[in-house]
Amino acid sequence: MLQAILDHYNYWVSITLMMIGFYTVVARGNLVKKIVGLNIFQTSVFLLYISMGKVTGGTAPILDDRFTVYSNPLPHVLILTAIVVGVATTALGLGLVVRIRESYGSIEEDELDLMDGEA
Amino acid sequence: MNAILLHLPALQVVIPLIAAPLCLLAGRAPLAWIIAILASASATLAAVILAYQTLNYGPISYHMGGWAPPWGIEILVDSANAFILLLVSSIATVVLLYCPSSIKKEIQVGQEHMFYCMFILCLTGLLGIAISGDAFNIFVFLEISSLSSYALIAMGSQRKALTASFQYLVIGTIGATFFLIGVGLLYMMTGTLNLADLQNRIPQLHDSRPLLAAFAFITVGLALKAALFPLHLWLPNAYAYAPSGVSAFMAATATKVSLYVLLRFTFTLFGAEFAFGTLPLHWVLLVPAVIAMFAGSFSAIFQNDIKRMLAYSSVAQIGYITLAIALASQAGVQAAMLHMFNHGLMKAALFCALGCIFYRIGSTRIEAIAGLGRQMPWTFAATLIGGLSLLGAPLTAGFISKWFLVQAALDQSLWWLVALVLASSLLAVVYVWRLVEALYFKEPVASRGNVQEAPLSILLPTLLLAAANIYFGLDTRLPVNLTENAALLLMPGHMQ
Repeated sequence: MLQAILDHYNYWVSITLMMIGFYTVVARGNLVKKIVGLNIFQTSVFLLYISMGKVTGGTAPILDDRFTVYSNPLPHVLILTAIVVGVATTALGLGLVVRIRESYGSIEEDELDLMDGEA
Repeated sequence: MNAILLHLPALQVVIPLIAAPLCLLAGRAPLAWIIAILASASATLAAVILAYQTLNYGPISYHMGGWAPPWGIEILVDSANAFILLLVSSIATVVLLYCPSSIKKEIQVGQEHMFYCMFILCLTGLLGIAISGDAFNIFVFLEISSLSSYALIAMGSQRKALTASFQYLVIGTIGATFFLIGVGLLYMMTGTLNLADLQNRIPQLHDSRPLLAAFAFITVGLALKAALFPLHLWLPNAYAYAPSGVSAFMAATATKVSLYVLLRFTFTLFGAEFAFGTLPLHWVLLVPAVIAMFAGSFSAIFQNDIKRMLAYSSVAQIGYITLAIALASQAGVQAAMLHMFNHGLMKAALFCALGCIFYRIGSTRIEAIAGLGRQMPWTFAATLIGGLSLLGAPLTAGFISKWFLVQAALDQSLWWLVALVLASSLLAVVYVWRLVEALYFKEPVASRGNVQEAPLSILLPTLLLAAANIYFGLDTRLPVNLTENAALLLMPGHMQ
């Protein structure tokens, strides 16, 4: 059991992070905290991708005569794109939070719901 | 000319992608609008040519930058996505014709060029999702369309638009990230991201657990983006507070494109046997679909804002589409694709008609619109046609897709399902009647004074969409032929 956890520790780390992020998104009422949670959630997936590119005994994927085994660079490249998407999402989310604060005077979800007449 | 035709699959996405920053640089509304409408009209033209080519000469495979798949990125156009491209680009063009006058009253002065930039970027994303033959590209385009639609929704005139947009941002990002996890697991197991390559390699892995997880993540992620009950919570507010043009465009296209990706992944990549045999996708989709049909319609009946009412009705209509997918037959897939198209037409017409009303009286509350139908007869006519199409009355587009859906259910002798579809259509009668009653049979509100018909610049696109609902209810050749081909293509191994 312990061995199974240790062998796949990268998955355990990313799943744990994922759940921390997800919990923060769901449970926190503060909109900025929600964005932070969303970031942790996305980052866990980045880690999942990056760790899957590792080839046992492989080195950094730079062409050199001395090495024959390289790690797979493709997931890293994909995640570079996903990081950019994540940054854009965060920026837009925070921009919305600023606008919400300007027009409602609050960034607490329960207070916003009260003002919107939904609670 | 030949070179253009050769690169048409790439141009389909590249033209709007380049037009979007140009709109921003244009800096002024009329110029930005001209760039936007040119881009979307050329995208429509490209989609028409591509649809023609795929119907007559079969699927087109285009290699980005000349790199051969599976290493290079492939663009694959076949009847299924050509149909989606056609729907998305043509609705975008009509809605863009509608926008200049409509957004004057709905967004802040001086933001028009940004509005067009975001609109065209959203179009780029939706076209990209449909046309791409690469799983990771689908994720990137999904995020392009989502990010721009969050910005578009936030441009709505009420402050609730901001919270609606934020809510959608959180849910949409979770959905897209789920999709990303699924794609990552698929890559881990197969070592490829090319859709055609995945299709060949997945069947050998059918009993591996990561594949099950990948399927679950992709399905849930797409269901979030498609607003499948009970993952629809972002939709009512987003549609209700967005500017009218944005509601019309998004209701007609955004959820449909996600459903198309769901169709492609479920039937073509994973295969119907895996999804519906090994896994119980039939019940997983069927039960929420039926609940969506009823819960969406019930909620629609009790809304006092007509825009919100239509948004809830969208939840119900997405239920019909999912129901057709859950049947897992060729007839079901065809019915699903037909209803995507027809629902796009009816919701675009209805949201545009509401935009006309909002333009004149600045509200879409049910008590504010009383008696307005007599003062705005053309807008009323468009609303009536859209409403009839929504309930599936004969001679409208809505009837055709309901007919195909009922037939697909009857093929499997699911009588109770037919009964449920008809019962939920009766609920639609109730809310459409409420709308018609308020517009036509109630006494006009005295304080409103004399209201004129909406200006031609927004009335004509609305009437065009309403006329399309009638046209495609009478002449069904185009959508039926295309969807028949598409259903054949999406379900390989189900050739009959």
